[in-house]
Amino acid sequence: MDGLRRHKSMFLLPGLLTLVLIIIFPLLFTIRVSFSGWNVSNPQMDFVGGANYVKMLHDSRFWASILRLGLLAGGTVLIQYVIGFGVALLVWRDLRGRRFWRVLFLIPMMTTPVVMAAIWQTIFHESLGPVNDLLGRLGLSPVHWLTGSGPALAALMTVEVWQWTPFMFLLLLAGLLSLPKEPFMAAAIDGAGVWRTFRKVTFPLMAPVSVSAIIIRLIEASKLSDSVYVLTSGGPGSSTESPGYYLYIRGLKEQQTGYGGALSLTYLVLMIVTLTVVAALLAKAFKVKGNA
Amino acid sequence: MHNLSRQGLIAAAAVAALAAAGCAGGGQVEQKPDKPALFQPGSAIGYQKYGKDYPATTVKDVPGPCSYESISRKDYSGQTLKIITHAVPVIGEPTKLHAKQFEELTGAKVEVVNVPFGELHQKILTPLQAGQPAYDVMFYPSLWIGDMAPYLAPVPKEYLDTPGMKDVTKAFMGVATWNGTVVQYPVDGDRHYLKIRTDVLKDPKQQAAYKAATGRDLEVPKTWAEYAQVASFFTGKDFDGDGKPNFGSAEVTKRDDLMFSAFISRAAPYVKNPGVKGGVFFDVETMQPLINTPGFVRALDDMVKAKSAWPPGGANFGLGDEIFSFGGGQTLMSYSWDDAFIQAQQPDSRVRNKVEAAPLPGSDEVYNRTTKAWDKTPNQAPYFTWGWTSAVAKTARNQKMAFDYLCFFSNEANTALDLTIGRFGVNPYRNSHFDAAFWEKQGWDKDTAEAYVRTLSDMEKSTNRVFDLRVPGVNEYMSSLANGVAAALAGQKAPQQALDDVAREWTDITGQIGKDKVQAAYRNVVALEDNS
Repeated sequence: MDGLRRHKSMFLLPGLLTLVLIIIFPLLFTIRVSFSGWNVSNPQMDFVGGANYVKMLHDSRFWASILRLGLLAGGTVLIQYVIGFGVALLVWRDLRGRRFWRVLFLIPMMTTPVVMAAIWQTIFHESLGPVNDLLGRLGLSPVHWLTGSGPALAALMTVEVWQWTPFMFLLLLAGLLSLPKEPFMAAAIDGAGVWRTFRKVTFPLMAPVSVSAIIIRLIEASKLSDSVYVLTSGGPGSSTESPGYYLYIRGLKEQQTGYGGALSLTYLVLMIVTLTVVAALLAKAFKVKGNA
Repeated sequence: MHNLSRQGLIAAAAVAALAAAGCAGGGQVEQKPDKPALFQPGSAIGYQKYGKDYPATTVKDVPGPCSYESISRKDYSGQTLKIITHAVPVIGEPTKLHAKQFEELTGAKVEVVNVPFGELHQKILTPLQAGQPAYDVMFYPSLWIGDMAPYLAPVPKEYLDTPGMKDVTKAFMGVATWNGTVVQYPVDGDRHYLKIRTDVLKDPKQQAAYKAATGRDLEVPKTWAEYAQVASFFTGKDFDGDGKPNFGSAEVTKRDDLMFSAFISRAAPYVKNPGVKGGVFFDVETMQPLINTPGFVRALDDMVKAKSAWPPGGANFGLGDEIFSFGGGQTLMSYSWDDAFIQAQQPDSRVRNKVEAAPLPGSDEVYNRTTKAWDKTPNQAPYFTWGWTSAVAKTARNQKMAFDYLCFFSNEANTALDLTIGRFGVNPYRNSHFDAAFWEKQGWDKDTAEAYVRTLSDMEKSTNRVFDLRVPGVNEYMSSLANGVAAALAGQKAPQQALDDVAREWTDITGQIGKDKVQAAYRNVVALEDNS
């Protein structure tokens, strides 16, 4: 029996090895690197203690980017959820050309983020882009989309919402399609209107899917960097710099490998803690039973 | 059984050792005897057979060791050359084109990897530091020499003695040299200079309007103050009559897109005092940063004020935007690399022969860090900004083939053709390139050609020049500088505060890399600047 158990456990080895190779080893390596002074001219795994972490504590640019991410990720995911839910409700019901609309709504998600950011950069171009042109035709002043701190954040959020709302739509539509019909029939028999049915039946039933969709998107949004890179390069000043982009600058562009490791790990821990708390709060707010 | 295992292990070890020896590089590959030449001396050379995008221009193959005729005698069949270079088109396109030609001439297989600018440094340096022979030939910005030099094969004497190499200007041979040894193979020469629309400058109506408004003659700005005045005057005016407002100045201002070079251009005349030796960015003796001294702060003040003369979006212009803005006729002036000027002079450009090259603006006074006062004397300080360079890795398996490729890349015929294609990013770096007649043959007006050649060759003659901070970790220093300048431009910090913060970061970076290491490297830069 023991032999059989050992034999069976051998089948776990490929999976375990893969796990070690692609997750655990890089993680352990990053931890080790974060305690080294590895940089562009000293590519060595020496030991500098917690120097990188002390430096990080005083790195106001990093902490500002973390706070900014809270606004960017929280804001964009909330908007994506509202729009995604609305559009999913629209095509959930009988609608002419339903299949066409469903595919159309998914197109932004299927495009490459960097390419789309480049296209949006042209759209927001302050002298040649169509947005300012349109504002001009309406008699409005041009907006400094990519060179003003506020507008640049708005431009970045617009791109994120445009690109990822379809993902939210997809998850929520799948959730809606899997809902049982009986509660809706009961609501109809009781004479509940559209709004009341949504508030009392649809929304509560969709709570587990909503929480999952929001968390998945928050995880993805926390890695925001490619659209920042193309659209604003973190500017003007550092007003659109996200932690992901900042890590790219420190770790890859400047090749501060040791310091980049410390930033990465801290960022990872912060994200895990924050997202766990957010998930718990969301589950409580949506009154989801069990694990969302 | 044990014996068998041992034998197996020994065999495996032998195979591994052989494989490792094969991969480690450095070993010499047997040179095959020469084959018959595919070209006659003086043959007509052109690029048109490689695509419609290339001009119909042809030039003659100049006899010499790097010529088509000489290189086509080499037999590198069965051998592979690995090259890493920038993305297409800037330097990436000529790398690929000449790789294809090299294959046709020598029978070698040439693998070219094109990498975006942001990843080039890491992609080159990481394998070099690990001792891996990932690439034989590398194309990269010349200011990275401080990071790259320990891993580069010195250029052999036979290549240093070629006529093409002997013709490279003194400044660019200096750029290719590290601690007295030539380790970079010159393929390009770059500097920043002013570009201005001559059709506007010479228009009597504009001259009269400018005189009436400012009391001054409208002419090429000689100082940054004059530049600001001219730029400000023309901002918002429709000087080309296309119904749209024009603007005074286009500059590279995007934080992570070479903005640091634009700032250095603006700072050069304020900080490079011909009477003060020993460093512009640091005091080379103490390695104390000078980036927050009054000269640099004045330049940043100027740049912040200049924003009002930039076109919409001008505070987020990368090099491509700047080229487009000036070359597209939106702005009156710009200052940056040759590429923007060559692009403006392309046959299909709307401002062809309506532009002029001129030295970077100077200043009416220059800061003296020894006396800690401003010297009230007009000052000019040409900025030899970084350009593309090339090098052969010490780990290259066949260094001869690698150097032959670079020798071929930069032969007289190829260079003459490459210089005329703006998108290639190859700009004058030999004395023979300062020939107005060559540019007139390309369709340039006499005045435009002469002003261009004069501007470039006068920079060579200057003894008060600024070079890049060519030390280990240069990207980190420049990233910090760009961040400080961007913060000031965005109004997040006052110029003095922004540069004080940069100075603090530079001190930290120097400590982190090693003061002695940076100091030793910086002495190379100071030697170039002080002409010592």
